[in-house]
Amino acid sequence: MTTLPVTTLLVNAVGLTAMMMIVWWFWLWKPRNAVGTKDGVIDIRVANGTYTPALIDSPAGQPLTLRVLREDASPCAEYLIIEGLGISEPLPVNRLHMLMLPAMAAGEYRFHCQMNMYQGILRVR
Amino acid sequence: MSTLVRFSIPAMKCGGCARKIRAALEPLAGVHDIAIDITGKSVALRIDGNDSAPVMAALAQAGYPAESVSADADPETEPDHCSIDGPPRQIESGGDGMRLAITGATCASCVRTIETALSSVPGVEQASMNLADHSAHVMGGANPQDLIAAVEAVGYGASVVEDEDSLEEERERAEQKLYRRLMRDTWLALGLGAPLMAWMVFGGSMMVHAGAASQLGWLLIGMLTLAVLVFAGGRFFVGAWKAAVHHNANMDTLIAIGTGTAWLYSMVAVLAPSLLPEQARHVYFEASAMIIGFINLGLALELRARGRASQAIKRLLGLRATTARRVADDGGEADIDIAQVTTGMRLRVRPGEKIAVDGVVESGSTLVDESMLTGEPVPVSKQAGDTVSAGTISQQGSLIYRATRVGKDTVLAQIIALVKKAQGSRPPIGRLADQVSAVFVPVVMLVAIAAALVWFNVGPEPRASYAMVALTTVLIIACPCALGLATPMSVMVGVGKAAESGILIRQGEALQTASELTTIILDKTGTITEGKPSVTKVFGYAGWSEDEVLALAAALENASEHPLAFAVMEAARARSLTAAMVSDFVAENGKGVQARYRDQLVRIGNLRWLREQGVEADVAATDVVSITDQAGTPLYLALDKALIGVIGVRDQIKPDAHAAVARMHARGLKVVMITGDVRSTAEAIGREAGIDEVIAEVLPADKASHVRVRRDRGELVAMVGDGINDAPALAEADVGFAIGTGTDVAIESAGIALMRGSLHGVVDAIAVSSATVRNIKQNLVGAFLYNVLGIPVAAGLLYPLTGMMFSPVIAGLAMSLSSVTVVSNANRLRFFRANPAGEVV
Repeated sequence: MTTLPVTTLLVNAVGLTAMMMIVWWFWLWKPRNAVGTKDGVIDIRVANGTYTPALIDSPAGQPLTLRVLREDASPCAEYLIIEGLGISEPLPVNRLHMLMLPAMAAGEYRFHCQMNMYQGILRVR
Repeated sequence: MSTLVRFSIPAMKCGGCARKIRAALEPLAGVHDIAIDITGKSVALRIDGNDSAPVMAALAQAGYPAESVSADADPETEPDHCSIDGPPRQIESGGDGMRLAITGATCASCVRTIETALSSVPGVEQASMNLADHSAHVMGGANPQDLIAAVEAVGYGASVVEDEDSLEEERERAEQKLYRRLMRDTWLALGLGAPLMAWMVFGGSMMVHAGAASQLGWLLIGMLTLAVLVFAGGRFFVGAWKAAVHHNANMDTLIAIGTGTAWLYSMVAVLAPSLLPEQARHVYFEASAMIIGFINLGLALELRARGRASQAIKRLLGLRATTARRVADDGGEADIDIAQVTTGMRLRVRPGEKIAVDGVVESGSTLVDESMLTGEPVPVSKQAGDTVSAGTISQQGSLIYRATRVGKDTVLAQIIALVKKAQGSRPPIGRLADQVSAVFVPVVMLVAIAAALVWFNVGPEPRASYAMVALTTVLIIACPCALGLATPMSVMVGVGKAAESGILIRQGEALQTASELTTIILDKTGTITEGKPSVTKVFGYAGWSEDEVLALAAALENASEHPLAFAVMEAARARSLTAAMVSDFVAENGKGVQARYRDQLVRIGNLRWLREQGVEADVAATDVVSITDQAGTPLYLALDKALIGVIGVRDQIKPDAHAAVARMHARGLKVVMITGDVRSTAEAIGREAGIDEVIAEVLPADKASHVRVRRDRGELVAMVGDGINDAPALAEADVGFAIGTGTDVAIESAGIALMRGSLHGVVDAIAVSSATVRNIKQNLVGAFLYNVLGIPVAAGLLYPLTGMMFSPVIAGLAMSLSSVTVVSNANRLRFFRANPAGEVV
């Protein structure tokens, strides 16, 4: 039995659509709903392979305190790295960890785990 | 100059309070960078100058009276801006009780109030507060939040002081729990997957045949596989979903899509076989289950291997004492918890015991083993006036010492913090892997779909099956973890290994650069030489005797802190000479000192300076040669314009300096010595130590420019100095090495700090750095090659040649082993020996 042309078309359409969706979802999509800081403090939860929130807005020129709670015992999540600030901070498990950042210049600062699997962006503007 | 000031504000309760406080402070002139911490009930800000009174007044007027809890001048120079210095962290009660940091307490009445409040919390067995260090010690099983609330309810602030021991215990507990869960999931998944694999390998059919029996049988196995995916692999799916919602993709994404696709395809074959061509009605339940099993197994093995990689920190933590023996004013002695030791306390250490905190010896003498901190195997003699460090061991004799640094301030605690931080730092060599791993997963997903479409469109029958296998295998074989782990694992082990030898590598960048150096510039005094000069010769002229010269010189040097001055005074003391009376002492940095003696100007210093002052020294030429030929430094003494004496001072070179320089040469390094000493003396020392090039008669301030000139020529330069006098040159170099004697080294002053005075430490640091960078390269090459070769093979690139496709199960096994391989390779560094020839250190 040969595969019907319509099936071939369908499979190809689904495959190509999936590829376009991947490109859009992971690279072209521009985040809109960032979480703002409250009085210079933001809580970040590290669990299930993600930082929550993963997109944070903070005003420029002001220090920021990150209160990070790492719930994932996997060594993957052990360090929080903030690019551009030279920060590589070990996170304790199941304990709130305070990280005080200095006043920052406007810009985007990526933060991620050692293996780049947990990812987030700190937007300072 | 700005000042960082922290205020404790007990009345601050909520976000509304914080807004009001900010509104009160922001209009104030000269106030910047206001950081409000509601939990810690504190405000940190910078003020121009150091007058915090206007801030206190504004806070009081806003209804939030405050007390200044700390003020640090010029905070921009603080080495660690991001340390957890302000509001503390919360921890749970450990077996030894819990320490709370208390704010707002000022008197004995406060202490009673706080102790009563803490004692009233259910579960508290005993609560005591120490006003001296504003801490409370609570025994029992109370909830930390309840304790904090109880203290806040009576008008004070409290937070739990982090305790490294309990943090480490918590981490180990969590990792052990994770390990057990991973192994359980492994057996669960393999328990289903292995029999199915065996069935297939021994000729059993994996096809869905026409008829209800076949479909029902596979449906049952499909449901069991679903159970495996949910119970043993559920977190991969949750992680993948959560990451996708955040527009991220990670390893979970690949595993979830890979195993999920295999299961879904199989279920389509079972439930609606007519949708697939007859040859494509194949099930892949065994692949889903086996992949989940192998990946869990890989994660468990990786967890174990990583535990071994972080042994350096465990070893350092294990050096800390848990109790100290306090000596009361009446001479009575009692063991107390280490948390209760405060600065100023008198403590006793007995033979074989650990020294509990940093301190200064008041009485007694002993030999102290400092090797655990410095790498120096020879015990150090300690007597009254000497400093001792927490974690070192008194070998014989008993000491009474006064605590000078406790808790997080001890050298040991600083080393632990520094090593922990450095273990997470990232050398530039890992940047490519970072960039690749940041986009790796979506790229792999695209490749997997593209491969599947190619198989579906131009592949042989059953095309659907081949497409599904290609898709799953590509997704599963790709291993972003191996790439991501390659650099940090090696850095973790390498930095820890270095710390075991008293080498503190502060940044990943220093580690990498140290492995690429071309030139080493060594300061002379205290680096090549012992830094303890002694007088070897004294000459008198114009009718002055040797003793008169020495007595006058001692009077001049009395107010100086230069090492040569100590040598002159020591020589005068040895001859029982009485120092002459001088006045109007003035020191000229790098030149000498002058003062008034019986209405005449008397100077002691180097020849160049005295010549500038019009002093002629030709009469001493022959005597000076006899000093410099033996690597001594001549000090010229003049009364007005007349030379009246020359003193020869010699600083012995360290016994192992020559061997260490030889090791530097063996690594292809050019070794340069820089000194303010006269050329002839410097050259004599240079010859003795085997130095390639000597830069002499350099003022301290000009050392940095000599480093800069060499860097401008394209050399990669290391500067080795004491970290205090050489700080600008250390900062100018590509890598600065601060070298100290024992635990006195300024560990924050350079990229690499050496806790022992031997120059072998420099070579050892370079050797460890080179080995670590080599290990990183091996890991990176392995991880890149694995992915670059594995993914095309998984996509079926070899099929035209071999007629074989890679099995998804094999891909799962390879993927799980790839990260274990990276971690294991990094662990090899634990057995690295920087000085295998065993030169005398």
